[in-house]
Amino acid sequence: MLSVESIKKIDHELTKYPSDQKQSAVMSALAIAQDEKGWLATETMDFVARYLGMPPIAVYEVATFYNMYNLQPLGKCKITICTNLPCALSGANEAVAHIQKKLGIGFNETSADGKFTLKEGECMGACGDAPVLLVNNKRMCSFMSDDMIDQLLEELSK
Amino acid sequence: MINFEIDGKPVSVPKNGTVMDGANQLGIYIPHFCYHKKLSIAANCRMCLVQVEKAPKPLPACATPAMEGMKVSTHSGQAVTAQKGVMEFLLINHPLDCPICDQGGECQLQDLAVGYGASSSRYTEAKRVVANKNLGPLISTDMTRCIHCTRCVRFGQEIAGIMELGMAGRGEHAEILSFVGSTVDSELSGNMIDLCPVGALVSKPFRYSARTWELSRRKSVSPHCGLGANLVVQVKQNRVMRVLPRENEAINECWLSDKDRFSYEGLNSEERLRKPMIRRGGHWQECDWQTALEFAANGLKAAKEKYGAQSIGALGSPHSTLEELYLLQKIARGLGSGNVDHRLRQSDFRADRSQGIPWLGMSIAEVSRLKSALIIGSTLRKDHPLLAQRLRQSVKQGAQLNLINPVDDDLFTTIANRAIVAPAAMAAILAQVLKAAAESTGKQIPADVKNALAAISVSDTARAIAASLINNKPAAIFLGNLAQHHPQYTNIHMLAQQLAQITDARFGILGEAANSVGAYIAGAIPGNDGSAEPVGTQSAQPGMQSLNASQMLGMSAGGIADAGAEPCRAYILMNLEPELDSYDPRQAVKTLEAAELVVMITAYKSHAILQGGYADVLLPGAPFTETSGTFINIEGRVQSFNGVVAPLGETRPAWKILRVLGNLLEIDGFDYETPEQVRAEILPGSSDVSARLNNHLGGFSLDDVGPQGEPMGSGIQRIGEVPIYQADPIVRRAESLQRTRDAAAPVAWMPGDLMGRLGIQAGDSVRLRQGEGELQLPAARDDKLPANCVRLASAHPLTATLGGMFGEIVVEKL
Repeated sequence: MLSVESIKKIDHELTKYPSDQKQSAVMSALAIAQDEKGWLATETMDFVARYLGMPPIAVYEVATFYNMYNLQPLGKCKITICTNLPCALSGANEAVAHIQKKLGIGFNETSADGKFTLKEGECMGACGDAPVLLVNNKRMCSFMSDDMIDQLLEELSK
Repeated sequence: MINFEIDGKPVSVPKNGTVMDGANQLGIYIPHFCYHKKLSIAANCRMCLVQVEKAPKPLPACATPAMEGMKVSTHSGQAVTAQKGVMEFLLINHPLDCPICDQGGECQLQDLAVGYGASSSRYTEAKRVVANKNLGPLISTDMTRCIHCTRCVRFGQEIAGIMELGMAGRGEHAEILSFVGSTVDSELSGNMIDLCPVGALVSKPFRYSARTWELSRRKSVSPHCGLGANLVVQVKQNRVMRVLPRENEAINECWLSDKDRFSYEGLNSEERLRKPMIRRGGHWQECDWQTALEFAANGLKAAKEKYGAQSIGALGSPHSTLEELYLLQKIARGLGSGNVDHRLRQSDFRADRSQGIPWLGMSIAEVSRLKSALIIGSTLRKDHPLLAQRLRQSVKQGAQLNLINPVDDDLFTTIANRAIVAPAAMAAILAQVLKAAAESTGKQIPADVKNALAAISVSDTARAIAASLINNKPAAIFLGNLAQHHPQYTNIHMLAQQLAQITDARFGILGEAANSVGAYIAGAIPGNDGSAEPVGTQSAQPGMQSLNASQMLGMSAGGIADAGAEPCRAYILMNLEPELDSYDPRQAVKTLEAAELVVMITAYKSHAILQGGYADVLLPGAPFTETSGTFINIEGRVQSFNGVVAPLGETRPAWKILRVLGNLLEIDGFDYETPEQVRAEILPGSSDVSARLNNHLGGFSLDDVGPQGEPMGSGIQRIGEVPIYQADPIVRRAESLQRTRDAAAPVAWMPGDLMGRLGIQAGDSVRLRQGEGELQLPAARDDKLPANCVRLASAHPLTATLGGMFGEIVVEKL
């Protein structure tokens, strides 16, 4: 189901835990699976469950609990923007409006060209840099003024 | 022990005890939802908040460890304020639909809301709504009512052994669900309904059929597996509406298997026989009791005159009560026949005269304390669900579970060592374990066994099983249903017994039915002695041969002893459906068809009985809810119960039918007025039968242990286990259970290499043949099966035209 490279990565994660506690690696295994597939389909979670010897529902519990696991297919770039209070006070709402206008999508929607998905996020622990957003769970972007946003979107559109 | 105070009263709990434990000891009630004494502690409902002196805030009683000198107040101002606050939050999203909720009247949330809830809500925002889930035919959901106590989730993980429900999402989006689209298939799933403190999980069969306060609660005992689980049967207008567990820590704890819980639907089945019926000229006619009983009595008298008393046979289901089985054998013996039996699925009777009354060999509660167990021939989870649950708990405490079985179904627990072998190789693998144990302990084994073991080479698995039994004490060896039905049962018994002696393990036989032990006590076993003494001590009268179930039904029992015995000419069958309840249904029906008279005492008029040609008169006998009676469970516990509803239509308790029949046959000693008199005759003085229980098999010499390893040639063996919801006539008619996945229609399961050799794909239709019987079924693949074996359920209408549960079977591609 998953590629050999992903399995190798999961196996590496498994070495960090006792061999009878394979389920400890569920979060990293799901993250690895998501990196490969882009999102977590039922079959993907089923595979992870079997691979770690867990009940499928226990994997599903974890996958639904955390925001960064995508349970729906999305665009190439997932933009998660923080709208919590410190960001909001520093212009996050304006940033959101700008992105939405620019991409023509609302929260939890994907642009028509399949490139962007916009998500509303919670505090990312960088309130001093507000407004902040996260690209594909991995890249943090700070001080997102309209110019910065235009620049970012252009870069990501390529 | 830790000493502390709750509400000013001193209490002491063991180390690691909690405040809740102390409160339970003192009988102080602390409101709670998520706490349950049999489940792990979650502390997520927060309802049990109490005030603890010097603690800065209220603490949850269920999760707060007791500390020396702690002072706890459960009803102080702070505690009650906290509890009221929690209740307000719990009620925020809970719908106010108590008037249409099945839980109404027995709802913990409803009860506690009266005590701790406000009379009106301060919450004006929108309430959340959660979509209902389809969890299968037994559990109905109303997930908006859920308060997320996670009792059902923890029950699955900890008791049922499989996590089928989980809590997905978080915060306001959290909801209980099963993995995408799956149902809850555990054989213990009904307990989640009891555990649910609100109306989120309710019983689907019972849904909207009655309110709890309309039901009267009556005690009873389960007639299914050998445990004799204690029941509360709830009755409305003379109809059984629902069955709940009656807590008995020694037997079922607070649980029930789904079979015990939902089989009641079979009691209200359309197929219930309401009036006696006689077949005249090939047509069934309803008649009155007098006519039917005279017909039966005259028929039996005529058969006795014409062919002699030995031509009469009596077969009773081990699901019948002690009293019924006793009177049945009394009639047969009164007529002069010793042909009485209850073991219709047994095929090997060689040990019959050298054995006491087989039983569990220990108390049921002791099973939870085992450190090692070897199960031979049982998918325990299906055969004895609650015993499997106890073993699951002991495995969690570090016990090792070993298995010798032809099928490798998931037992939802860790199996230390498993030997999955063809039925014919079961005795051989057991012999290997015995040899390994003998080598390891250096103990002596009898010469005949030693000779039989000489040529055997020991596998690593066998050595590991032996080591597990030797090194972990207490240990036990159990023979399951499949072992008892096995054509080499005596060999398996003998070897297991030797193994138990050598390894100093307990030895138990898991009786398949509620009254498997009781049937022996009642004397429903062949022999000429009417007394209900253990068979081993009976003196056979010379010149008279008694037939066992297998001989009575004309089976050659694998060509072993007494194959030449003539089957009977007249039969009394009690609570049986011979085409489903016997080892070789095809032969059984054929033999009964050839008989002159078949009297059936039965609660049901099945299609097979009415259309088949064997039965001559049907006497409607009451099922367990409509008669008083006694079951003796596998640990030898005598449990009497009363009828909970009046018999349906003209149905009569079977003990009364047998009493009248005895009188019509002019047999002495049938002047009982109450079932208590019958019981007193069976169990004079005390109801302690433990002295008569004995698994020891003596005087039987072990000749060989069967083929080593896989059978030779192309001979394919059948593995014919009894499906969980086909084991007895009541459960066969429980509609909801029949819609579960466990009740799926049988298919021919085969390992992949066998399918490859026969050129069969999964899903193909195959022809299966045993002797003259044949049928077509789809094939399915199960690579865990031993080579050259077909797993094909017995006791099912679809497979009733085939032969024995084990032995050779021919599989042909179509």
